[in-house]
Amino acid sequence: MRQTRAVEVGTGLFVLLGLGALFFLTTQTTGGDDFSADEIYTVEARFENVGSLRARAPVAMSGVTIGRVTSVTFDTVALEAVVEFVVDARYDQIPDDSDASILTAGILGSQYIGLQAGGSDLYLEDGSEILFTQSAIVLENLIGKFLVNSGSGDKE
Amino acid sequence: MKHLIRDMYHTTLEFVRTFGAFQLFFLRLLSHTPRILVTRFDLVVKQVFNSGALSLVIIMISGLFVGGVLGLQGYSNLARFNAEDSIGFFAAFALVKELGPVITALLFAGRAGTALASEIGLMKATDQLSAMEMMAVNPVSRVLVPRFLGGVIAMPFLAAIFSMVGLFGTHLVAVELLSVDVGAFWQQMQMTVDIDDINEGIFKSIVFGVLASHIAVWEGYNAIPTAEGVGRATTRTVVITAIAVLVFDFVITAFML
Repeated sequence: MRQTRAVEVGTGLFVLLGLGALFFLTTQTTGGDDFSADEIYTVEARFENVGSLRARAPVAMSGVTIGRVTSVTFDTVALEAVVEFVVDARYDQIPDDSDASILTAGILGSQYIGLQAGGSDLYLEDGSEILFTQSAIVLENLIGKFLVNSGSGDKE
Repeated sequence: MKHLIRDMYHTTLEFVRTFGAFQLFFLRLLSHTPRILVTRFDLVVKQVFNSGALSLVIIMISGLFVGGVLGLQGYSNLARFNAEDSIGFFAAFALVKELGPVITALLFAGRAGTALASEIGLMKATDQLSAMEMMAVNPVSRVLVPRFLGGVIAMPFLAAIFSMVGLFGTHLVAVELLSVDVGAFWQQMQMTVDIDDINEGIFKSIVFGVLASHIAVWEGYNAIPTAEGVGRATTRTVVITAIAVLVFDFVITAFML
């Protein structure tokens, strides 16, 4: 009798430890969505180049995540990338002339959209489009420019 | 020449027959599973204890050191690109998706699989299984199914514990020993590891648990009932499980990408 009790206690502890490990893995190692909102509104922005921006990338304002990219598509008429993202409806007072730029978190980090507040009295709402955008910085282009500049500098 | 062809024919046929019997045996185990789960759950609990709880020590110690090695190797290689901070997500990816399920399955085959195969083989060699049949007790459902289920249940937990302890090992080496920033370590990990990655690891460990337990039970049940036969069944359990786990790991990874 005592032995089966010990077995049951041991099994219970083992399963609890296993569940604890699963819980730890799912909550502590994944950042997952630090963005969750009950009400959202969709905003669109057009970029010349989105770099490696993907759906589910964060949208941040002053470093605070306020939204998430829902889709990145290519407009064959305007020949631009169209990025749609949703913003938490709590932040409904973002000036509609705000400026969106694609930034990189850290030197090898993932890319996200950074919003810079404008000065308009009108606010972004569902379906509005951000007019002022700044493309992602592509490292190769940057190095190319740098090489051209330093080359011409030598001649003078 | 004629003999050679005939031998090859028979060997191939025997191989295919064994393979087919192996699959049918799996169905047989499954067909007994619901009844055992309902009526004799205490037997399953005991086997979860034997396969799972008793494997904890080897799993945790191995996990700690595997994680530590990931920390050392990852650091020395990532430091070349000044990317030591990425060590967190590097280790988490490696542990959760690959090393956790695979090494746990290999250790499981060595620790629990051999125990299952030799126990069942010895029961067969000492005619305990025949005695059960004489008493109208079906040895498949009374002996094999609980052992199979015990392994299947224990394996995902073991793999999760392995990954968790491994991450602590990496943390210990990278943060405490090599002074990688603790915030960067966890944040880089949380930014890149997705819930899908965890699910892939869990899925793999379930598949490997079924494989390892099934092979161990099969080998034990089909052991030649002699001392030598039981020994051979034990060896074959480890060898076949190792190969099957690594092949399946490749296939699953290829499908999941």
